[in-house]
Amino acid sequence: MAGLKLTNVAKSYGDVSVLKDINLDIDAGELIVFVGPSGCGKSTLLRMIAGLEKITGGELQIDGQVVNDVPPAQRGIAMVFQSYALYPHMTVRDNMAFALKLAKMSKAEIDTAVNKAADILQLTPYLDRLPKALSGGQRQRVAIGRCIVRDPKVFLFDEPLSNLDAALRVATRLEIAQLKESMPDRTMIYVTHDQVEAMTLASRIVVLANKGISQVGTPLELYEKPQNEFVAQFIGSPAMNLFPGEIVETGEHTKVRLDGGHGIVQSAYPSKAGDMGARVNVGIRPEDLQLTDETVESYSGKVDVQENLGEVTLLFFVPDSEGMEPVIAKLPGIHRGLKGQTLNLAAAPEKVHVFLDGISLLYR
Amino acid sequence: MHPALQGLVTIIIGVGGCVGYFFFSNFVLDRFLLPARAYSAEEAAVRRRSGTIFVFALPALVILALYLLYFTRNDFGLAAVFWLLIVAALIFGLWRLKDFMYGTGAVSAGHNISHANMIRPWLFLLPAIVALGLYLTYPVFETLRLSMMQRVAGGYEWVGFDNYTQMFGEAKFWEAMRNNMFWLIVVPAMSTVFGLIVAQLTDRISWGNIAKMLIFMPMAISFVGASVIWKLVYDFRPADQDQIGILNALWVGVGGEPQLWLTLPFWNNFFLMAVLIWIQTGFAMVILSAALRGIPEETVEAAIVDGAGPFAIFFKIKVPQIMPTIVVVWTTITLVVLKVFDIVYAMTNGQWGTQVLANYMYDKLFRANDWGVGSASAMIIMLLVTPILVWNVRNARKEMK
Ligand SMILES: Nc1ncnc2c1ncn2[C@@H]1O[C@H](COP(=O)(O)OP(=O)(O)OP(=O)(O)O)[C@@H](O)[C@H]1O
Ligand SMILES: [Mg+2]
Repeated sequence: MAGLKLTNVAKSYGDVSVLKDINLDIDAGELIVFVGPSGCGKSTLLRMIAGLEKITGGELQIDGQVVNDVPPAQRGIAMVFQSYALYPHMTVRDNMAFALKLAKMSKAEIDTAVNKAADILQLTPYLDRLPKALSGGQRQRVAIGRCIVRDPKVFLFDEPLSNLDAALRVATRLEIAQLKESMPDRTMIYVTHDQVEAMTLASRIVVLANKGISQVGTPLELYEKPQNEFVAQFIGSPAMNLFPGEIVETGEHTKVRLDGGHGIVQSAYPSKAGDMGARVNVGIRPEDLQLTDETVESYSGKVDVQENLGEVTLLFFVPDSEGMEPVIAKLPGIHRGLKGQTLNLAAAPEKVHVFLDGISLLYR
Repeated sequence: MHPALQGLVTIIIGVGGCVGYFFFSNFVLDRFLLPARAYSAEEAAVRRRSGTIFVFALPALVILALYLLYFTRNDFGLAAVFWLLIVAALIFGLWRLKDFMYGTGAVSAGHNISHANMIRPWLFLLPAIVALGLYLTYPVFETLRLSMMQRVAGGYEWVGFDNYTQMFGEAKFWEAMRNNMFWLIVVPAMSTVFGLIVAQLTDRISWGNIAKMLIFMPMAISFVGASVIWKLVYDFRPADQDQIGILNALWVGVGGEPQLWLTLPFWNNFFLMAVLIWIQTGFAMVILSAALRGIPEETVEAAIVDGAGPFAIFFKIKVPQIMPTIVVVWTTITLVVLKVFDIVYAMTNGQWGTQVLANYMYDKLFRANDWGVGSASAMIIMLLVTPILVWNVRNARKEMK
């Protein structure tokens, strides 16, 4: 079926390079999510796959065929736009039938396809309405229906849920997940800002940053084994704590002395003998930090602010200097009266990431 | 005085008069009539008394005096009764205005401010209402009256619908009606279509704005000026001379005999229409180009992904989305066409089968001095324009929502 293969794909507007050296293999039936900071080129990459933007370098294959110069309609793709892009002058039925009519399908075939899609998306009662007489969620479903009727090989979604309110977003997210499940051999590419969407929907996540791909992996891979500091901090909320420090013991395990006299932490990541004394950043997720009695091999700090959320307690520690991000710990359950205390916290060694020059020791 | 200087002085006086009127009327309203402050019951009573004099009694007296002055000098007929009703209505209106402004009992500042704000829009509208009433509404009724009259030695006499019957019996009138229908169909259609095509094509090219400017320029030329230009285009010289009209030059270039284009029966109508199309295309283009730009880009991209080619995008996505604007442009041009006069007057003066209603009216009114039939034809033009005008205003309103 339809896999995608991007080889050294690049995009520039005149002299301005927006994306370069994008290499990505997408298998048929995957649900790939593009995430990344605003302006990093997620939409641009998606639109290049759709054929709405010219590919200025490299090669894009869909289903084994180079499609760099194939018009969008012949690429076997369908796209859901952020603002839905429904045709305002056509009824829901005509919106969905438009592509089929252009493809010169018979009236009976069109009706069957439209009715089936409307059925799946619970749009049957609205088929003869104009888009302006629909709610946001219904419009979104029509936009998805417009894709389904064409039975494309690849579905492209550009932030499809960003215009919906929170409750509807969760419901529609589930619908998309179900839709994907009902079409296991269809490939989907999904752009989002929302981490929860990315983590729940994706079979693999592509993190874009600095004009290129930062890391590709399953959601848990990205969470557990981030390749670099950017991915480490981008995935997860609150973001991973980064402690500057110096390697004091190398080998199978690595020990790092944290700057500012906060103690020593042990990581399960291996390091070479030559790394002795190297400046590194240790990354520990707030939820991996736990209270401990150990005073040497642990992080010690003074609690500045305490937030009780009931199921968890967030602790913000006094930063070493003005303007530094405070260290955050997320303790399960309720803890009372920790504010102002000096605490010792430690994490399991396999959950202590060490970044040398921004790259995780695991991926050297 | 030099005419240019005269013009300048007129402009200064006119604009100054407007500014002065708005400034002064608002000043009087806010300072004397309804100051933004509260009045106790006694103060309000005093103001009410002086208000009765200045807002009601004095103006009422002036109006009444003018009326009496005029109608004691002229004979007292039907017109006098009519005007008496108007005077009565005005005086009654003044009385109500006075009550409205001064209220009863003690008056709060809020009362004054809100009432002043209710009066203010009328202050701004008043000059326009008076001018429109004087130059539009009154002539409509006067024309209707004249169309039922006939000039006889020393005055007029009532003839009922005789003018209309006479007019309907004239071949020239039906020729004008027929031609007007042609104009009505061809010119709005062609202007809108050309305007739409130009708007679409110039949107994508780098020198599109220059092209647009060139196409828009005829809008700035008066109809008579355009007619003069096009008369040269259609100019005729005998076969043994050089053709200076570009149409004949081309025609002779491809081997034809030079033609007197404006005398070719039936076709000459279309040569005249070309002038108006040339002028109106720019208007259609500007409006439609703005409408085209208002179409969400994503709907076009969605159509591309759906497999629509350039023609499908244009006809099935873009045109339907700007249909309301197209209708407004179309009807607006229709209104211009119904009143078309200058072009025909300046180019053929309705000869050789090119008569149109407005020129027919002019012929009757000012050449034949037949005010009755002239007015009757004016009424026919108004009758034709009104429904389209109403429809146009409705569409334009809908468009604005
Ligand atoms: N026509 C253009 N000319 C020059 N630069 C452009 C053009 N279009 C987009 N860009 C640049 O390309 C970059 C990527 O834009 P893109 O829309 O793909 O970002 P994005 O990742 O989708 O952001 P967001 O999350 O805000 O939607 C941006 O920095 C933008 O400024
Ligand atoms: Mg985007």
